[in-house]
Amino acid sequence: MDALATNLVTVVEGVAFGLLLFTLAVGLSLVFGMMDVLNLSHGTLYLVGAYAAYALSDGSWWGLVLAIIVGTAAGVLGGGVLAGMTLPLSKRGHLDQALLTLGVAFIAGELFFEAFGHEVVPTAPPEALRGSVELLGRPYPIYRLVFIAVAGILALAVYIAFERSTLGALVRATVADREMVHAMGVDTRKVLFGVFAVGAALAALGGTLGAPLLAPGPGIDERVLVLSLVVIVIGGLGSVRGALLGGLLIGQVQTLGVSLLPDLAPFLLFGAMLTVLVIKPAGLVPAGGRR
Amino acid sequence: MTTQTTSTAGSEVDLRRSLRFGARPGRPSMVTWAVVVVLLAAAPFMLNNYQVSTLSRMLVFGLLAISATLLTGVTGLPTLGQAAYFGVGAYTAAIVARDLTAIGPVQVVLAALMAAVVALFTGTLATRARGVPFLMITLAIGEIAHSAATSWSSITGGSDGLSGIPRVIPLPGMDELRLDGLVYYYVLVMAVIAYLLVRALVRSPFGLVLRGVRDNEPRMRAIGYPTGRYLLAGFTVAGGLAGAAGALLVSVQRFVSPGDVGFSVAAVALLAAIIGGVGSLPGAMAGAALVVLVRDYIGTDLGGHGPLLVGAMFVAVVYLLPQGLAGVGAQVRRRIRWRRTEHPA
Repeated sequence: MDALATNLVTVVEGVAFGLLLFTLAVGLSLVFGMMDVLNLSHGTLYLVGAYAAYALSDGSWWGLVLAIIVGTAAGVLGGGVLAGMTLPLSKRGHLDQALLTLGVAFIAGELFFEAFGHEVVPTAPPEALRGSVELLGRPYPIYRLVFIAVAGILALAVYIAFERSTLGALVRATVADREMVHAMGVDTRKVLFGVFAVGAALAALGGTLGAPLLAPGPGIDERVLVLSLVVIVIGGLGSVRGALLGGLLIGQVQTLGVSLLPDLAPFLLFGAMLTVLVIKPAGLVPAGGRR
Repeated sequence: MTTQTTSTAGSEVDLRRSLRFGARPGRPSMVTWAVVVVLLAAAPFMLNNYQVSTLSRMLVFGLLAISATLLTGVTGLPTLGQAAYFGVGAYTAAIVARDLTAIGPVQVVLAALMAAVVALFTGTLATRARGVPFLMITLAIGEIAHSAATSWSSITGGSDGLSGIPRVIPLPGMDELRLDGLVYYYVLVMAVIAYLLVRALVRSPFGLVLRGVRDNEPRMRAIGYPTGRYLLAGFTVAGGLAGAAGALLVSVQRFVSPGDVGFSVAAVALLAAIIGGVGSLPGAMAGAALVVLVRDYIGTDLGGHGPLLVGAMFVAVVYLLPQGLAGVGAQVRRRIRWRRTEHPA
């Protein structure tokens, strides 16, 4: 009974981590799946938000709000810049986009670590959300429960915006036939910039909210990028539901795996990816399936 | 045709085109080769110790870049995971050197075999994908190797790495190599052997099939080649080559740590392959030399901002050198011709 309770708490932990992964991966997935731009500096956008939280979050509510506003705004700005930089490469293929965004990630990472130090910096949640509640007879941090709620709402909002709203329909139409949408009088470049900005803002917001879960520092940008890539490879490129499913799955694999099979933990991620890709090569919820 | 292939077909064509773009550099002439060989042989007499060990590392990363080029340029599968096999080779060589024998070629062969086995296993997954998903999967494989190197401390020594590796013995019966210059010659000889083997492979019928798959996979399959098996074989060979490079790294620095398996190593290998002009083996070597020079040499002089400079190189290469170093000549010539005639499509 005791072991069961421990594992259930780990599962809750995995849900929190999985929703964090969703917030990060969905932007990468939308930008690639919908706008056909491979952004390998996605992990850097997490750092943008997470360092904003580290610098501005002083334990008060205002600090958190300020960090969210600054982090998200910086993310929007970063997404716009990246969209502008990759726009001239759209005819040249993905490898050039990959190289360019990798270069941006290296440069931005180095500047961040120069400014904030070469250590992973711990980031505390606001005072009102510190402490813990009793969960199945065990103390559990309040902040993670709040994070689960907030990220859950965020996931729902993203799903409605992209899959159920007129704006989302416009974006998907632009993906399906850019020239036709353009001919109907829509500035498709604005759509590209918009999707990129939203995707980047989600990553930065994930960084601001997720900093207490996954603290910023050297190497974190890579880790975030790789986890996001694994999530969207498993979930299916360009699909919001895929990102959610993939995020929750990898969240469980990472937390349950580390707690149950610590020796095999590094290989479980690969194992999960292998299993899914052998069964469903296009990912669990391929974006093309519904179209 | 399934819906999957039709939805990604457009992007795949783009990727293939961008890969093929840089694949036609001029072949170096015999004179160029002779000059390069003389310069490489004379280098230890003209340089100080640090410069000689930098030169050794250039050769090691050159082999790694060739391994990346074998996949990215020759086969058309852009990889960000070669550091994983580089690391498998390096750790294997370090353990062999510590526990079994200090004879270099034995370390290199065992490291290459071990890396090839791991590449065969992981490649069965990776070669199911093409284009960007392949890039993503290899990136994930590299990251998993990195976390394995960090956390599997009973074998890899964790983040401390493996040290106390004996100096390398080039052939049975010879003395261990004490001078950096001699280690450099050992690495040079091994690198030349590996280079010639890879060149023979690329020019063989097997290499032709790989290039055929790069240019038009459905057609190769229609002719009757089991393309998946060829790609897996190419992936395995590239992994083995990366493993051999890892073994040579251990001979040079006599130390291996998770940093040698990291994402930035794989990114640098890909960058070197692309700077050189994708698909060109001498280009990959030259690209690796340039990247190591900028990162380790100039970067050290500028207060350790190697990554910043490497990042700037990525950006510069994309905008300024779409065909890589090997394509610079052709690019200049075409610019001149463009001025004279009308713009081609």
